[in-house]
Amino acid sequence: MDRPLTGNIGPDGPLDLAGYERAGGYQALRKALRDLAPADVTKMVSDSGLRGRGGAGFPTGQKWSFVPMGAAAPRPKYLVANADEMEPGTFKDRLLMEGDPHLLVEGMILAAYAVQADVAYVFMRGEYHLPARRVRQAIGEAYARGYLGPDILGSGYRLEMHVHTSAGRYLCGEETALLNALEGKRAIPRAKPPFPQAAGLWGKPTVVNNVETLCNVPHIVARGPAWYRGLGRTRDAGTKIYGASGKVRRPGAWELPMGTPIREILEEHAGGMRPGHAFRGLLPGGASTDFLVAEHLDLPMDFDSIAHAGSRLGTGTMIVLDDRTCPVGMVRNLEWFFARESCGWCTPCRDGLPWVAYVLDDLEDGRGRPEDLALLAEQARLLGPGHTYCAHAPGAMEPLQSALKYFGDDFARHAHEHRCPWR
Amino acid sequence: MLSADEKRELDAEAAHYRDRRALGIEALKIVQRHRGWISDAALGDAAAAIGLPPAELEGVASFYNLLFRRPVGRHVVLACDGVSCWIAGCERLLQAAAERHGLRPGETDADGRFTLLPVACLGACDRAPVALVDEDLHGNLDPERLAEVLARYG
Repeated sequence: MDRPLTGNIGPDGPLDLAGYERAGGYQALRKALRDLAPADVTKMVSDSGLRGRGGAGFPTGQKWSFVPMGAAAPRPKYLVANADEMEPGTFKDRLLMEGDPHLLVEGMILAAYAVQADVAYVFMRGEYHLPARRVRQAIGEAYARGYLGPDILGSGYRLEMHVHTSAGRYLCGEETALLNALEGKRAIPRAKPPFPQAAGLWGKPTVVNNVETLCNVPHIVARGPAWYRGLGRTRDAGTKIYGASGKVRRPGAWELPMGTPIREILEEHAGGMRPGHAFRGLLPGGASTDFLVAEHLDLPMDFDSIAHAGSRLGTGTMIVLDDRTCPVGMVRNLEWFFARESCGWCTPCRDGLPWVAYVLDDLEDGRGRPEDLALLAEQARLLGPGHTYCAHAPGAMEPLQSALKYFGDDFARHAHEHRCPWR
Repeated sequence: MLSADEKRELDAEAAHYRDRRALGIEALKIVQRHRGWISDAALGDAAAAIGLPPAELEGVASFYNLLFRRPVGRHVVLACDGVSCWIAGCERLLQAAAERHGLRPGETDADGRFTLLPVACLGACDRAPVALVDEDLHGNLDPERLAEVLARYG
């Protein structure tokens, strides 16, 4: 099976530049600069069907196509790799950056070439010390070899690339908040439109792509869109890094064809549930996705199938709930996370999320009332889409509303028995 | 005033940004690295170095949880309380930190050795529960392993 994203990743640490080149690295860049116009690269990525791996699933080629091109386009233009991986339960971009940093660098150069960016940043969360060291090392090697700098491989294309290490806060992962953080400001979201492709970093055209998304690009350019489309098991293209955490036998992350069924990931790769633990549900792609339950286990893990089931593929790294873990306690943990990480910019999110979390505290600590369930359901609606500045609070409501739907009896028991039955 | 080392590090970063204001977070991280935490004086030095009013830089400093506006211990322990670590028992770990090591979230222990801070998912959920001590990630922690890990830091 093709594993384009993780094929170079082994137990001995990442490949250096020479090793990466021996494995075929930077051939896609050479091909693009020699044979392809920027628009050709964008078209290949559009035709490949690649969709954003940061969670939203927006078609990557289409995202790039909104960038103003030609001599009249505002300059400089920017490309940013979103390496602020902080979605609870998500551990895939770390794997890529620690394991094969040159793949990200090459993907970024190709993406930057496609939109004719002048400067590229890796926006790295502050806690990712080892990934930052490895990506910086790779960038240095790429400069030394002429893959970055004023005249890349004699093509006349010029690109500089830097690593920005952040200083915490989940909201930095939201693409407009990320731009504010990169400009040295508080990471609060910006209104859209204008979209970053038109007016992003310092008001200039900017593309922000997730790390995993960018790591696909060299392979699409090298081997073509048809090959890439053929990797998926469903209509969705490519491979995906799936993960599983929670009380499974072998927590981990695996690159598999897009559309691999949930059951196959859980049973064959994660080894099933740990002895003495039964499956109750899962968040398919991080903290801000709706719970799925046993009836969904045969769904393919792709964007459309998971959306039809009322959840989101998100980051594709699932968090498994077992029968010895309290669903109310799990949701309480999630809502305190979202409350703590609210940037405070808009009132429903800043004030609403802690309130939700306090109600969950009451249920867990024996102070719950039967009417709390209706109260939580109402908050899930009021903090849902359309009431806040960005997707933070609506994301926070996804696990809550679906937990009320699937585990409503457990919430009710907390309220009626005035205790957590799991403690 | 920034020290010569701090200034050199800031100048190296300055080349990466078109706007000196964008250096605010870098400047704060640099003074924190050299001085341990960001005192009012350090914040003033950083603000002066990039030409920003101190109040404006304070607005930035107060937003980010890895910028410390209070003194911290010689080592900072970032204990992940993300949902995967919660399922894996991070609460038990925090309890052990308090009972065995005198470490409570948001506080520094009596001899100034460790500051314990909760942190959002550290992106190592396959090794949950995890904690970062300074720049080192430690996974598969339980109270015994936590004790072993902490013993390595003087």
